[in-house]
Amino acid sequence: MSQNKSKEVLFGLYDDETDLMDAIRVANKEHLEIDEVFTPFPVHGLDHLLHFEESRLHIAGFVYGAMGTLTAFLFMSWVFTRDWPIIFGGKPYWSVPAFIPITFELTVLFCAIGMVVSYYTVNGLAPGITIPTLHDRITDDKFCIAFNTNGASAQDIGNMKDFLSKTGASLIDSKVV
Amino acid sequence: MSAVVSPIREPLITGSKTYHDITEDICGPTERAPGLLWTIAMALSVAGLATFAFSVFWTVYFGIGTWDLNRTIGWGWDITNFVWWIGIGHAGTLISAILLLFRQKWRTGVNRAAEAMTIFAVICAGQFPLIHMGRIWLAFFIFPYPNTRGPLWVNFNSPLLWDVFAISTYFTVSILFWYTGLVPDFATMRDRSTGMRRKIYNFLSFGWTGSAKHWQRFESLSLILAGLATPLVLSVHTIVSFDFATSVIPGWHTTIFPPYFVAGAIFSGFAMVLTLMLIARKVLHLEDYITLEHIESMNKVILLTGSIVGTAYLTELFISWYSGYIYEQFAFFNRALGPYWWSYFGMMACNVLSPQIFWFKKYRRSIFVTFFMSIFINIGMWFERFVIIATTLARDYLPSSWSYYVPTWVEIGIFVGSMGLFFVLFLLFTRVAPVVAIAEVKSILKTSGDQYKGKNAMPHHHAHDDHGHH
Repeated sequence: MSQNKSKEVLFGLYDDETDLMDAIRVANKEHLEIDEVFTPFPVHGLDHLLHFEESRLHIAGFVYGAMGTLTAFLFMSWVFTRDWPIIFGGKPYWSVPAFIPITFELTVLFCAIGMVVSYYTVNGLAPGITIPTLHDRITDDKFCIAFNTNGASAQDIGNMKDFLSKTGASLIDSKVV
Repeated sequence: MSAVVSPIREPLITGSKTYHDITEDICGPTERAPGLLWTIAMALSVAGLATFAFSVFWTVYFGIGTWDLNRTIGWGWDITNFVWWIGIGHAGTLISAILLLFRQKWRTGVNRAAEAMTIFAVICAGQFPLIHMGRIWLAFFIFPYPNTRGPLWVNFNSPLLWDVFAISTYFTVSILFWYTGLVPDFATMRDRSTGMRRKIYNFLSFGWTGSAKHWQRFESLSLILAGLATPLVLSVHTIVSFDFATSVIPGWHTTIFPPYFVAGAIFSGFAMVLTLMLIARKVLHLEDYITLEHIESMNKVILLTGSIVGTAYLTELFISWYSGYIYEQFAFFNRALGPYWWSYFGMMACNVLSPQIFWFKKYRRSIFVTFFMSIFINIGMWFERFVIIATTLARDYLPSSWSYYVPTWVEIGIFVGSMGLFFVLFLLFTRVAPVVAIAEVKSILKTSGDQYKGKNAMPHHHAHDDHGHH
């Protein structure tokens, strides 16, 4: 993500997700390169229009979960067969069925913590971080298409502005973030 | 998420709201000074919390002898309260996780508050095993950490230890799930505020921008957390029931306990969600977001789970007779007709008989009936745990050990006070965070707002506008 150096952004706000989706379709047709899209809530189908790849978080989640499974199961096995074997009611030291609940809980715990940490890390979000927002209403009721205008020619910027106004943006503005 | 909504579904958001109205309505209460009702409720809750603190201090200072437990009845109100509170928590996870997997849209109106309820209920539940230990300053012994005693490890074969892992995992995952959903809503509150308030919400919102890529990951994460939380919530109460079921006490040693406990937990949790929501929608003016449709849906869950619990009670009775095992037969005879018969009949009346009123649509949609029923069920489910724990222990294998147990003021103070702890947390939550999940409610507006569907729908709007193309 490109939050480190400042960039000039031209953006348009739309009043409805339908207008936003129609505008993105037009942009795709005209081969305009949209830098980012901001919405107040998850809009269904937006990721397809923006050609996002499927998130790989679930793969990470599986790996974290497997780590939890192994940690719990191997640790309990080691404690009860190697480090300090204790006989409980004449049962075998390595009493696998009794290990299932804790193994399951640690699988879930590792997976959940790992995925949430990964999620915030790849998003670049953390407590205390301030990412300049383009407009205060984007987290309320406005849908935003943003273009990166660093190094864009006046003609390009003109095209972008034309695109935003003809697709029904209710506000067009630029900002350095 | 799915674009297809049956035309016979009632709208879930009334009052022809726009996106901005939703923001205003839900953020509004946190931006104004608290009302009189809130202040009174907070004062009462703080009094409850003080009672809790004093009773716990008394317990820790003098020891749990102050509870009048005895050699026969070693578990009394403490474990009853623990199971009661942890059960209440389960409804929040059911609403936020299981109903997410089932794509139930009505979940969006109540999931935030229900998840908050889960977290606060688990906090209350956690107090009881801790103070029950007697020497609370040694509570860390329950975790398997390398120690200088060998290291001597904890007993991984014990259901009590499974409980430690289940409940701490449940608490952690619930908080992660809840906070992940709160982050975008905190950003909404941040962007409406100025000065110090903006700084605080900026910190809490982790710098959320609403980027489409972030939302995509958000949905992916929510789905997997829901997929994790669903078996987790079932495992937690299953493991709580193992505390009893793996013992050799007649009346506890039954294989029906896990499903029966899980159904009971959801049953009692929904009752508590309704108690809280009926008050919150009134006090915070959220009638357009927590509608009669939501209340009716929850009453249907109550009817279902209440009937499962009722079936389990009757199955237990039948099996104890059918087993031909005299100790089991005596345990159930004693439950129903022994010295604690009143708690058994309280349980049956509150949990099995009274919810049957919800077969009638008129009562499912009555706020008055629902509120009273929710209180009944809260009481009934407390009785259930008391019946299972105290009546079973009161009559053990040796008639010479039979005894009776009455709680002292200390135990009553801890239980009543734990409600103070719960309500202090919940009332604070309603002041600092959006009580309804703003972003999630907005995402169902086009399919479930009353201007788009139902009898007040305006013809030029079409519910499927935004989902036409793939």
